[in-house]
Amino acid sequence: MTRFLARRLALTVPVLLGVATLVFSLIHLIPGDPAQAMLGEAAPQADVQELRHRLGLDRPLFEQYAIFLRGLVRGDLGTSLRTGAPVTSQIVERMPATFELAAAAMLVAILVSMPLGIAAAVRRGTVVDHAAMTLSLAGVSVPNFWLGPLMAIVFAVELGWLPVSGRGTWAHLVLPAVSLGAALAAILARMTRTTMLEELREQYVQAARARGVSRLRAVLRHAFRNSLIPVVTLIGLQFGAVLTGAVITETIFAWPGIGRLLIQSIGFRDYPLVQGCILLIALTYVGVNLLTDMLYGVLDPRIRYE
Amino acid sequence: MTKIGAAIVLIAILAAVVGPVVVPFDPADQELALRLEGPTGLHWFGLDELGRDIFARILSGARISLLVGLVVVGVSSTVGILFGSIAGYFGGVVDEIISRVMDILLAFPGLLLAIAMVAVLGPSLTNVILALSLIGWVGYARLVRGQVLRARELEFVQAARALGASTPRILTRHIIPTALPAVTVQATLGMGGAILAEAALSFLGLGVQPPTPSWGTMLSYGRAHLLEAPHLTVFPGLAIAVLVLGFNFLGDGLRDALDPTTRREAR
Repeated sequence: MTRFLARRLALTVPVLLGVATLVFSLIHLIPGDPAQAMLGEAAPQADVQELRHRLGLDRPLFEQYAIFLRGLVRGDLGTSLRTGAPVTSQIVERMPATFELAAAAMLVAILVSMPLGIAAAVRRGTVVDHAAMTLSLAGVSVPNFWLGPLMAIVFAVELGWLPVSGRGTWAHLVLPAVSLGAALAAILARMTRTTMLEELREQYVQAARARGVSRLRAVLRHAFRNSLIPVVTLIGLQFGAVLTGAVITETIFAWPGIGRLLIQSIGFRDYPLVQGCILLIALTYVGVNLLTDMLYGVLDPRIRYE
Repeated sequence: MTKIGAAIVLIAILAAVVGPVVVPFDPADQELALRLEGPTGLHWFGLDELGRDIFARILSGARISLLVGLVVVGVSSTVGILFGSIAGYFGGVVDEIISRVMDILLAFPGLLLAIAMVAVLGPSLTNVILALSLIGWVGYARLVRGQVLRARELEFVQAARALGASTPRILTRHIIPTALPAVTVQATLGMGGAILAEAALSFLGLGVQPPTPSWGTMLSYGRAHLLEAPHLTVFPGLAIAVLVLGFNFLGDGLRDALDPTTRREAR
């Protein structure tokens, strides 16, 4: 097990370095002079020079890269051009909101998808199955930037049940979490159905039934529990999609998280903050993938020996 | 479902090609006096915040969506097939390098890298296509690499090698064709994905810029008039959802048709 974990960790190091390098090079992909682009075409040359110096853009590229990596290790991602505050502290301030939204969206997705997937598998080929799978394909196809405003019209404006935007109470969380979780629910429902179908065919389920175990118990306690391993992996892998979806959902519902910060900082051409947000989201994704892989290794011993 | 998907896609293509010619309104013409007017017999989907016909703009927007889908899928699949087959066939250091690059690109979830690219390059249709292709090829490359790894040990490939066939010939005539059914399925689903991604970027103000009609941009502007004129939001969103659903139905159907194991077991 230790060897498996060590190998998996070792594989992550070059990926992290690659991610950092790509994020570092972003600023150098800006057409023309990055400092000029950040301040705007009308900015005085002296200001542009000063910013270039402050960001270290007047140093050799390799030196800039070394400074960037050194800062990254220390958790220093520079300062925001607009507010002058450290990038790291601004991101850390917004992190709880994004994680709260992501966790709520995943919870919504799990609560909706599991019963749907199980029902579709148990009632395979029936109207229930077709309806569940059509609904799930529709869930993947409907953009969350459409679903969100539509739900806001119905539940916030027409019915007045929930607040339109902002963060504060549990009620504020409902619309963003449902709109963000819908696509994930659709994907998970399909996966649950597929893995459940495989498990339901297994002999241990039939043996349980033959022993007199009720159908419900055989489905939920036996087949469903074993079908969970690939589903758990998928949930981990889909965490990235949830984080990216959060960029849009936070923008729609004025949710004060990292996604909204990213879009706002793009609007202000605050590139150090853009870099910070991108880096943090990517690192979180890599971290969650690593955890998922390790969890998979723990749950299924066969993986460790591959 | 496959037939419904194919019908939706065909209608969308037809609407995009002939629609703008047939509809009596120009997508850029403004009737400011009638701005935000709801659907009528004359303006089927109503008018937007500048008094432009939403139906005409949706038809023009279909051209943008399908264009982005086609180019992104075309570029991504070509680059993906090329690198995937090279990595899978040659293995060793070449495979290591290509696989590590893919790992790094896959470390950025979904649209994030595209958002980052467009943020620095500037919002435009070309940059959206560039950014989506940059992240899109990896999926095809992984798929093709896996297929090639399997195919290179097959007897007919070894026979071709024994007969003295050149590497490019073995790859293009014998190995890559075995991966094409899977690539076709991925490309069909990828059309939906690219259309959705373009709409998302345009919605965030990072994609196609006004006055060019894009479904995502229309949704973004409609949000400001959500209360008094919901039709600005309803119709472009419906267009995106239906077209993406069409490609998803078609892709799903193709997968079932081309892969008998999924038809028998996973469906």
